[in-house]
Amino acid sequence: MSVIRSAWLIARKDLIVEARSRELAYTTLFFSMACVLVFAFAFVVEGRPLDDAAAGILWVAVAFAGTLALSRGFERERQSETLRALLLAPTERAAVYLGKLIGLVVLMIGVEIVLVPVIGLLFGAPVGRAPLLLAALLVTGTLGFAIVGTVFAAMLVRAHSRDVLLPVLLYPITVPVIIAGVRGTAAIFGPEPNFEAATAWLSILVFFDAVFGILALWTFAPVMSE
Amino acid sequence: MRVANRLVPVLLVIAALMYARAPFMVDAAPIESTMGLVQKIFYFHVPSAMMTFLAAFVCGIGSAVYLWRRSKTADAVAVAGAELAVVFGLIVMVTGPLWARKAWGVWWPWGDVRLTMTLVMWMVFVAYLLLRRFGGPGSEILASAVGVFGTALVPFVYVSVNYWRTIHPSTDVVSTLPPEMAWPFRWAIVAFLALFTALLTARIRLETNRVALEEAYVALED
Repeated sequence: MSVIRSAWLIARKDLIVEARSRELAYTTLFFSMACVLVFAFAFVVEGRPLDDAAAGILWVAVAFAGTLALSRGFERERQSETLRALLLAPTERAAVYLGKLIGLVVLMIGVEIVLVPVIGLLFGAPVGRAPLLLAALLVTGTLGFAIVGTVFAAMLVRAHSRDVLLPVLLYPITVPVIIAGVRGTAAIFGPEPNFEAATAWLSILVFFDAVFGILALWTFAPVMSE
Repeated sequence: MRVANRLVPVLLVIAALMYARAPFMVDAAPIESTMGLVQKIFYFHVPSAMMTFLAAFVCGIGSAVYLWRRSKTADAVAVAGAELAVVFGLIVMVTGPLWARKAWGVWWPWGDVRLTMTLVMWMVFVAYLLLRRFGGPGSEILASAVGVFGTALVPFVYVSVNYWRTIHPSTDVVSTLPPEMAWPFRWAIVAFLALFTALLTARIRLETNRVALEEAYVALED
């Protein structure tokens, strides 16, 4: 069985589990809304959101909700030692990694599809101004976050205090994703949209995804072997 | 290892003598015309920044070798590198704001690429040490992945923070230094390098001994 096919089977398994319980989709979505609400109290002054607040709140909500989905998604695999079963499966470790990654990215993009219009509604952000560019920023940013997050969440499954260690490891390493995501989105949302800057940030995200994607595929097997 | 045992005290004596002489050289160096007296912190700030990134690089190499080869020495090198990155990074982040307050009027200039970048990298290596400390058994392998990712992160943090905004004095400041300023600066770099090598060697030895002792305990219990 090819790597791509095994990865797809693992992703499909995750998505079927999720479609039946909808646990992650509901909790992650509601959690991201709660983040938006909390940040609204900080960044809306005299009834008006501060400059670039919408872009910042969007990405912080994505990062926080993503961490929640990561730790819960792998907790599920830990409960009955199913991660070990996955690693014992007669396929390459890279396929296991890719499968988990695809499952997570699909879930997070689903959350973002609801989150973005809400941000537009609550903060008056022009989400329809450059929909393709915004979608590209969100997809590449989410992918970058998930690429690093999946490696760390998978390796922390067996570690102590994994719930605190995941964000502690993940946020510093995804700083470039957050900067590029927030600044790229802010360049689109700003009063004078700067699509050139947004495209430049997009290219940084693509480059990040490529380099860390290769690094993740490379490190996943040695990290996950005893 | 026997060479390393002798190397540490020798390097420490060299470093101590050089550090003792350094303040006099810094004092004798001319006062920079635009930044004034505060610029003198540069003689300690920049070498510690260099040591931070050298330590990060050492940790990255050690981590990569440990991840793919499982060499215990490489893991000891990685731990030593991570700890030194945290220590020297702290010096950078104390001296940097002292300078920034005088030069730019703010303690933490967010627009400064290198200071912000040092903070991000410092947090990566603190996370590395937290993982090793609290991650339980097997966390060395996990930490080595963090070391590899952290080192690959350096150019990305640089580019993204740089693009975000920059006000740091440009890099070519070193090559354009007048000789009266370049000498104390080089002197400080060598002093820091001697201290760095001594600490690195001692820490690697400590870690190797710790692992050997732990293995001996486990063997005794079996």
